[in-house]
Amino acid sequence: MTATIAPTRTAQNPLTAGQLPRWAPWALLGVAVLIGAAVAGLIAGASGTAFSLVTVALLGFVLYLVAVTVVSQLIEGGRKATDRLVTGLVVGAFLLALVPLISLVVTVAINGAARFDLEFFTYTMRNVVGEGGGVLHAIVGTVLVTIWAAIISVPVGIFTAIYLVEYGKGSLSKAITFFVDVMTGIPSIVAGLFAYALFALFAGEGVRSGFGGAVALSLLMIPTVVRSTEEMLKLVPNDLREASLALGVPKWLTIAKVVLPTALAGIVTGVTLAIARVIGETAPLLIIAGFTTNMNYNVFDGRMMTLPVFAFNQYVSPGVQEQAYFDRAWSAALVLILIVMILNIGARVIAHFFAPKAGR
Amino acid sequence: MTTAAPAASRATATKRPADIAFQAVSTVAGVLILIALGGVAIFLVAQAVPAIIGPIPEAEGASFWDWVWPLTFGTLWSAFLAMIMAVPLAVAIALFITHFAPRRLAQLLGYVIDLLAAIPSVIYGLWGIAVLAPFFQPAFLWLGENLGWLPLFTPPASGTGRTILTASVVLAVMVLPIITALCREIFLQTPRLNEEAALALGATRWEMITMAVLPHGRSGIIASSILGLGRALGETMAVAMVLASSGVVSFVVIGSQNPSTIAANIALRFPEAHGITVNMLIGSGLVLFAITLLVNGLSRWIIAKTTVDGGR
Repeated sequence: MTATIAPTRTAQNPLTAGQLPRWAPWALLGVAVLIGAAVAGLIAGASGTAFSLVTVALLGFVLYLVAVTVVSQLIEGGRKATDRLVTGLVVGAFLLALVPLISLVVTVAINGAARFDLEFFTYTMRNVVGEGGGVLHAIVGTVLVTIWAAIISVPVGIFTAIYLVEYGKGSLSKAITFFVDVMTGIPSIVAGLFAYALFALFAGEGVRSGFGGAVALSLLMIPTVVRSTEEMLKLVPNDLREASLALGVPKWLTIAKVVLPTALAGIVTGVTLAIARVIGETAPLLIIAGFTTNMNYNVFDGRMMTLPVFAFNQYVSPGVQEQAYFDRAWSAALVLILIVMILNIGARVIAHFFAPKAGR
Repeated sequence: MTTAAPAASRATATKRPADIAFQAVSTVAGVLILIALGGVAIFLVAQAVPAIIGPIPEAEGASFWDWVWPLTFGTLWSAFLAMIMAVPLAVAIALFITHFAPRRLAQLLGYVIDLLAAIPSVIYGLWGIAVLAPFFQPAFLWLGENLGWLPLFTPPASGTGRTILTASVVLAVMVLPIITALCREIFLQTPRLNEEAALALGATRWEMITMAVLPHGRSGIIASSILGLGRALGETMAVAMVLASSGVVSFVVIGSQNPSTIAANIALRFPEAHGITVNMLIGSGLVLFAITLLVNGLSRWIIAKTTVDGGR
C-alpha cells in the first residue's frame, strides 16, 4: 500500500527529513535584514530623512519571525514552528536589553571624553564660571564619604553576620534577619531623609555634612555586607570549626583564626560590591551632603561635593555657557562609571583568585 | 546551627573573658541594626508629624494628603508602566541565559546583564535626557496623531520627549537586571529530571519550558517582580532628571503634563526647602517608605510561603 505513495521530497538522510537545515534560520535572518535595509533605504530616500538603523533592525526582526514561523510550519509542523518563534523572541529580548547598555556606555564615553583632561582632575569649581574647572573636590568628597561609610558599615555588617551564623539563636536572631531584609528595601532617598532628620536634631535645620552622607550610605551598605558575609560564613565547612574547637581553641579564636580567614575572599568581594553600589548613590548625598564648589576635607562640617551629585548638578542647573557644564557632567559620569567598573571587576578577580579551595 | 551547641548543653565550656567580649560585640552589632531601623522610623515620623497634622502652605494644597496624593499616583503609575515592560523582558532574558544560550557563554552573558545593575542611577538620568527622550519624541508625536483617541495617548504630545513613558522606560532598564538575576536563579533550580523527562518524551524546547520550567518558577517570578517593583518605586535620580513634571494626576503617557513621583519630588525640592516644606517632604518620604515596605513584605511573604511547600 505504502509503495504507491510517491515520496514528496528526496532526503539523503531519513533521520533529518522534515527538518530545516541548520543554516536555514541564519539564511532567513540575512534575507529579512536585507529586505529591512532596502525598505529603510526607500523610506530614507522618499522622505529625505537619514537612513535609520532602528527601522532596519525592527523590520528585519519582525520579517524574520514571520518567515521562520511560516517556513517551519510548512516543513516541520506547528509545534516546531512555535518553538522557533519563541526562540526568536527570546533572543530578541536579550539583544534588546543590550541596546541600552551599549548606547549608554558609548554615549558616556563619547560625551565624557571632551573634558577628560588633566585640568579636570586637578582643579575644583571654585570661582569657575563657564569653561574650565574640575572635579577634584568631588573626587575627594566621594572618597571621604565612601571611606566613612565603609568604616561604619563594614564592622557592623561583619559582626552582625558573625552573630547570625555563629551565635544567633531564638527571637533576636530572627528579628535581625527580618529587619536586615527590610533594610534592603529602603529607598535610597529615605536613607538620606533619615540622616538629615538625625543630624538636624543636633545641628539644627538645614544641616549639611559629609558624615551625614556616610551615615545614609552605610544604612544602604550594611544589609549588603551582612547578606554576603552571612552567605560566606555559612559556606565555611563545619568540620573546620569542630576540629578547632576539639583542639581546645576558644570559640572567639576559632572564629577569628579559622572561620574568618577561610571566608575572607568572599567577604572582601561582598564589601567591594557593596562599595560599588553605594559609590554611585546620588539621592541621599544630594539631601544631606549638599553641593558646593569648594574643596572640603572635613567630613564633619559643611557641605561636601561628591561625583554623582556633581554630575547631576552640572547637568540640571547649567550656567551661561551651557555646553561647558554639560561636558563636565558627562566627564564626571565617565569617571564614575570607570570607578564602578573597576570595583566590580576587582571584586570578581578577588572572588576568582582568592576563593577558598573547596575542601575536597 | 552552631556546632558547639550540643557539647555546650552537656558540659559547659569554660567562658573566657575574650569569649564573652567577642560574643557581646557581635550581639551589639546586630542590635545596632535594630536600633538604627527603629531610629529611621522614629526620626522620620517625628519630623513628618508637623506637616501631617498641621496646616501646610496654601500654595501646596488643602491638606498634606491632598498634596501627597498626586505624587503617590505618579510613583505607582510610573512603576506600573516600568513593570509592564520589564517583567516579560526579564523572564525572556532569564530563559535565554539559562535555556537557550550556548552553555559556555551563559555565565558571561549573565554578567553582561548584571553590568546594567552596576551603573549609577544618575548616569541613567543623563542618558535618559540626552539619548532616550529625543529618540522617543517623534514616536510620541506619531502616537498622538494616530492613536490620540486612546486615553493613554491624548495629544498634544510632549515637545521634549521627557514624559512619564520615557521615565518608565529608564526605570524598566534599571529594574531589568534585578528581576533577571533572580529569575535566572529560579530557572536554574528547576529539577533537571523534569526537564529531561519532558525532552525525552519528544517535547520541543519551548514545550519543555512551559511544562517544566515555568510552572516550577511561577511564584519565584512573581516574587522577584515584586522585589523589582520595590526598587522601581523608590528610584529617585533617573526620574527626577528625565521627567518634566507638573504635579497633575493624569494617565496620559506622552504629554508634557506629567505627574511627579515622591522620590523625585524630594530630590528636586529638598536642597532649597526650609520650614514646614522640609516636614512635608519628609512626610512624603514616610509614605514612600510605607509603600515599599508593603511591597517588599508581600514579596518576602510569597517567597517564604513557597519555599516551605515547593522547596526540596
